[in-house]
Amino acid sequence: MSALTDDTLPVTPRALRDEMIVFALMAVLLAVVPWTGIYPFFVMQALCFALLACAFNLLIGYGGLLSFGHAMFLGTAGYISAHALKVWGLSPELGILAGTAGAAALGVITGLVAIRRQGIYFSMITLALSQLLYFIYLQTPFTHGEDGIQGIPQGHLFGIFDLSKPTVLYYVVLAGFLIGFLLIYRTINSPFGEVLKAIRENEPRAVSLGYKTDQYKLVAYILSGTIAGFAGSLKVFVAQNASLTDVHWSMSGEIVLMTLVGGLGTVFGPVVGAFVIIAMQQYLAGFGQWVTVIQGVIFVACVLTFRRGVIGEIAHYFRRSL
Amino acid sequence: MQALYAQLLVGLINGSFYALLSLGLAVIFGMLNIINFAHGAVYMMGAFVAFFLLNGIDPPTLGSFFTNIWMTLLNLVQWPFVGWKSLPATQTFHVDIGLNYWWALLLAPVIVGLFGMVLERTMLKWITGLDHLYGLLLTFGMALIIQGVFQNYFGSSGLPYAIPDELKGGMNLGFMFLPIYRGWVVIFSLVVCIGTWYLIERTRLGAYLRAATENPTLVRAFGVNVPRMITLTYGLGVGLAALAGVLSAPINQVRPLMGADLIIVVFAVVVIGGMGSIMGSIITGFALGVIEGLTKYFYPEASNTVVFVLMVLVLLVKPTGLTGRAA
Repeated sequence: MSALTDDTLPVTPRALRDEMIVFALMAVLLAVVPWTGIYPFFVMQALCFALLACAFNLLIGYGGLLSFGHAMFLGTAGYISAHALKVWGLSPELGILAGTAGAAALGVITGLVAIRRQGIYFSMITLALSQLLYFIYLQTPFTHGEDGIQGIPQGHLFGIFDLSKPTVLYYVVLAGFLIGFLLIYRTINSPFGEVLKAIRENEPRAVSLGYKTDQYKLVAYILSGTIAGFAGSLKVFVAQNASLTDVHWSMSGEIVLMTLVGGLGTVFGPVVGAFVIIAMQQYLAGFGQWVTVIQGVIFVACVLTFRRGVIGEIAHYFRRSL
Repeated sequence: MQALYAQLLVGLINGSFYALLSLGLAVIFGMLNIINFAHGAVYMMGAFVAFFLLNGIDPPTLGSFFTNIWMTLLNLVQWPFVGWKSLPATQTFHVDIGLNYWWALLLAPVIVGLFGMVLERTMLKWITGLDHLYGLLLTFGMALIIQGVFQNYFGSSGLPYAIPDELKGGMNLGFMFLPIYRGWVVIFSLVVCIGTWYLIERTRLGAYLRAATENPTLVRAFGVNVPRMITLTYGLGVGLAALAGVLSAPINQVRPLMGADLIIVVFAVVVIGGMGSIMGSIITGFALGVIEGLTKYFYPEASNTVVFVLMVLVLLVKPTGLTGRAA
């Protein structure tokens, strides 16, 4: 059984240098967006999904766990943040904190259940758990069912930054994305990340070396869910609403698709994949329901012919790690 | 009490769909090592094929087909400048088939099963030996395509499919009123489930199949065409799903997303039961349907979630599932 990412290169000083250069390039490119003609809300939305896909990728690319329910973290954190901001009147930073903490708690609870099975069973369990949450959010009063929580006040971050100004909001979201990205990057290049990769490659061997693999996988799952929740909390400020679409399983499918298109187990793949998919949805909106079909075709094409994804293929061609 | 029995019956009916679907999933998983995410989509196709057989098809004419392709290309070039224009209404002609429910019960599984075999030959074949997860992703993509195409042509609302005349009406059992069609669904699914179990566990073909699951190389050495058996197995699993679709058409309306909602519950059923045995999937399927029905009577708020809650409880106690073998 071949692993999901079968040609990952060892971490070398050169690989680290390459990745830092690309990271700096990405940060600069994203920082100049407000001075170009690009619609900032599109980039902000893409950044939220990029962070979400990176968090998802931490789990599959480095832990070998395909979560098919990652939308539950996005939706849960979104609902909690939205409720905290609108009903409790908390400040933005506390709202984000509440949402992220909620996602972390959800990660602990669902992780303890889901981590008990591996492979496709893990995927099916995460999918079922997220559908359970979908029905709960459909029925509990604070989410307002089909209507969702709308008209969320944006407020002032730390009492200074006025989030209702698009440029300020953009840099706040960008800063959030970069912090989250660096946290994931630091994790995968730490001793903890190395153990995760060992588990992905050969779990029985990691067990025989004395690692408690279940604990490692659980911590990775909770971390991934927490960062995904952080992305969900940021998204509340961009979209100014929290709705059931964020918890629906088709959203989980989109997260998987983003990562697959960009490249499973690559550092920058999920970012590229998120931008590609969000741009596609934006510009192909006129096709209506055909967008679903196009997404399905991309899924099939990626799995059959293009398993490394965009970044994975580039990295493979240049024999670099990206 | 009437209401309780009614909910029990609804539970049994849902249970028969769960059983047929998880049975097909188990059969496919055994041979192909793939969790067929497209299972909900083929279930939906079964219901639609029954609908087509009865009411006919409105295929777009060849002329308007090419016009539409041309207009799409033109739109693609123009949309950055003028935005997207809706396509002209497709001209269609009507092909009347007029085959009733009984023909659908026979033909729909065969048609959809053949379609499944084509899918296996053209796509699934290429990912054998890869990680399980690629199978899940590939079939998920196939499900999106199939559902998307049906949604484009039929919207998201339901099409009615009449109960066949022979099965209309009901019986008074003394303690409850039993609509004949619903009783028929439960009994017929039970027969099909037992039949499939017999085929796999008690016949020579089933013995080959189980052997090929354990050791394909050895079975090939005995002169058995293993790739053909894999294709047939996928066709059988998909056909079972389509059969469930036909059975459900007169009860639930025929909708493009009827399988998408169901498949996640079936996944939970599979996690609860485990994929260990054929009989295990059948019993778990029916049992969970009944439990769901009982919940609908005693505590309706939880009826949507009870299967998932049960899944969590079972995982905490016995992670391999009720009938599952250790992974």
